[in-house]
Amino acid sequence: MVDQIDLVWPVLLPLGFAALTACLWGAIGAQRVVTIAGVIAQLYVSLRLLFTILETGPLAIQFGGWAPPFGITFVADALAAVLVATTGVVVLGVGLFALYDMRQRHAHSGYYPLFFGLVAAVNGSFLTGDIFNLYVWFEIMLIASLGLLAISRTPAQIDGAIKYGILNLFGTILFIFALALIYGSAGTMNMADLARILPELPLTPGVAAAALMLIAAFGVKAGAFPLFFWLPASYHTANFAVGAIFAGLLTKVGVYATFRVFTLLYEAEAPVFSLVFTGLAGTTMLIGVIGAVVQTNIRRMLSFLLVSHIGNMLMGLAIATPEALTGATFYIVHHIVVMANLFMVAGAIAAVSGSDNLGRIGGLLRSQPLLALLFLIPALSLSGVPPFSGFWGKFLLVDAAFRAESYWLAFIMLLAGFLTLYAVSRIWMEAFWKDAPIKLSARRRLPPVYAVSIAVLGAVTVGIGLFAQPLVELSITASAEMLDPASYVAAVFGEPEAVRLGESLPGETQ
Amino acid sequence: MNSVILSATARIFFTAMLLVSIWILFRGHNEPGGGFVGGLMGAAAFSILAFASGVPTARRALILHPIVLAGVGLALAALSGLPGLFYNDSYLLHHWGYVPLGFTEIKVGTTMIFDLGVYFVVVGGILSFIFRLYEEQPV
Repeated sequence: MVDQIDLVWPVLLPLGFAALTACLWGAIGAQRVVTIAGVIAQLYVSLRLLFTILETGPLAIQFGGWAPPFGITFVADALAAVLVATTGVVVLGVGLFALYDMRQRHAHSGYYPLFFGLVAAVNGSFLTGDIFNLYVWFEIMLIASLGLLAISRTPAQIDGAIKYGILNLFGTILFIFALALIYGSAGTMNMADLARILPELPLTPGVAAAALMLIAAFGVKAGAFPLFFWLPASYHTANFAVGAIFAGLLTKVGVYATFRVFTLLYEAEAPVFSLVFTGLAGTTMLIGVIGAVVQTNIRRMLSFLLVSHIGNMLMGLAIATPEALTGATFYIVHHIVVMANLFMVAGAIAAVSGSDNLGRIGGLLRSQPLLALLFLIPALSLSGVPPFSGFWGKFLLVDAAFRAESYWLAFIMLLAGFLTLYAVSRIWMEAFWKDAPIKLSARRRLPPVYAVSIAVLGAVTVGIGLFAQPLVELSITASAEMLDPASYVAAVFGEPEAVRLGESLPGETQ
Repeated sequence: MNSVILSATARIFFTAMLLVSIWILFRGHNEPGGGFVGGLMGAAAFSILAFASGVPTARRALILHPIVLAGVGLALAALSGLPGLFYNDSYLLHHWGYVPLGFTEIKVGTTMIFDLGVYFVVVGGILSFIFRLYEEQPV
């Protein structure tokens, strides 16, 4: 029983720190000290959960002692645990980065409580085993992220926040409609219970419509084509630390929800879903990267690249073989770290050259050689150049696509990867290689805390690239668990022999 | 707002609504009510005060900054689940006890701490919006 307590901390700890930083409202210095302690503690509890899961297999805990499926369940399998652990790493990096990026007026707007609230919501979404509870975490995430997005209260940020808020509200409304339809058909909201019941139900229009609405709702959250346009319209207006945490985590929650629902509740292998996901993945990859190559603002370009690479992850679900889901899991982890890091690099570029617009900056290779190195690691990793983490992710996905004879998807992915390389090499040429068009009056130093936080995430990328085996093995476990919902169901209901899919529980009448 | 009637009755309304909100808070475990509804009522009480006598008066009446109140509430709600975690390995499993008063007994439990936390979060969260909206200049 003691192991299961590990499941509570990744959500409870950031909630506690949100409360603590809110209580220290007047004392911003104290809030910063508490935040440093908080991000370190967060990394510890996240990694602890991962190691527990590696030892025991999927675990579940019931809140308030209610038996499933009546109470709220938290479930951690390999996929959820590895994402919580990656969140812990990114939170540490961005938390340190924000110490310099977030000034006093941002703290007065509630940056620190909102930051921890967002972390709690992201981890809650990863860990919850109840689909209505997932909706609640989405709402908390939306509230916290709206506050963070508009934290400087500039007109550009308010504009971005309105676009972001309206599109995401549309997504959550679709989500709750879909939940109503599912509840009407299956009579339960517990995902393990739904995994038993839903596949046995006839495919009524309600159940089918719910599936399509869920795809649309998660597509908005994930930034998949054609519902991605809020993302490049808002992310570049955010403060740099906020942009980094959004780019790293928020879209991946949508991707995770898609993976969870379409492996557990619906079967992604079904021809209709595989057609939908193939279309979504292909268009997202292509449209995203085409949008990226014409941008002149670094973060707008990165936002389009982010959209494009969401397509790579959905490709795993489109193919839905064990190899493809392994590759997609690996890719999600890699992408969280790399994208957060690139948005922080954009912040560092703006800090030393006064702008993140490619037309106005240049000459950074000579003036900031360290920053050039720190940029190259995540940039090359994003474009899939060995030996960085992105290479393995793309290799696994392309290999899976060829094995499943999805040549078109593999081709689009390689093309998108090539154009990604072109896009990041444009940042390199413009920001680092060419001479600066405007001479700065004084040479600005790279803030040490920026260098440290970017280097930490860069080291994780290099580490995954050089020692890919542990993460590949973890991804193989995650994909095996995704394709075999029985292990998830058994973790929630206990007694594996009684909960074979489609059978009734002891004492249950039908 | 310069209305004599509103100013004169605001104090009465404030006191009455605050008392009713606390009554709603505590009846909420088995009957309609609870921390969320009670919190909305409590926030409405402070909004009437702010509307009639100005935001500074209402801020003084609240004593704590609204965000601090919300933080205290979140902390209370989070802490109320911990006994369950340590005694029964189940977070938010609530514990009950009886306090004898001679002529009757009062049922008390950790859910009350949770409800009180929700009440504080709702009052603090809503007032942090409303005070800012009523103020001419952001403080």
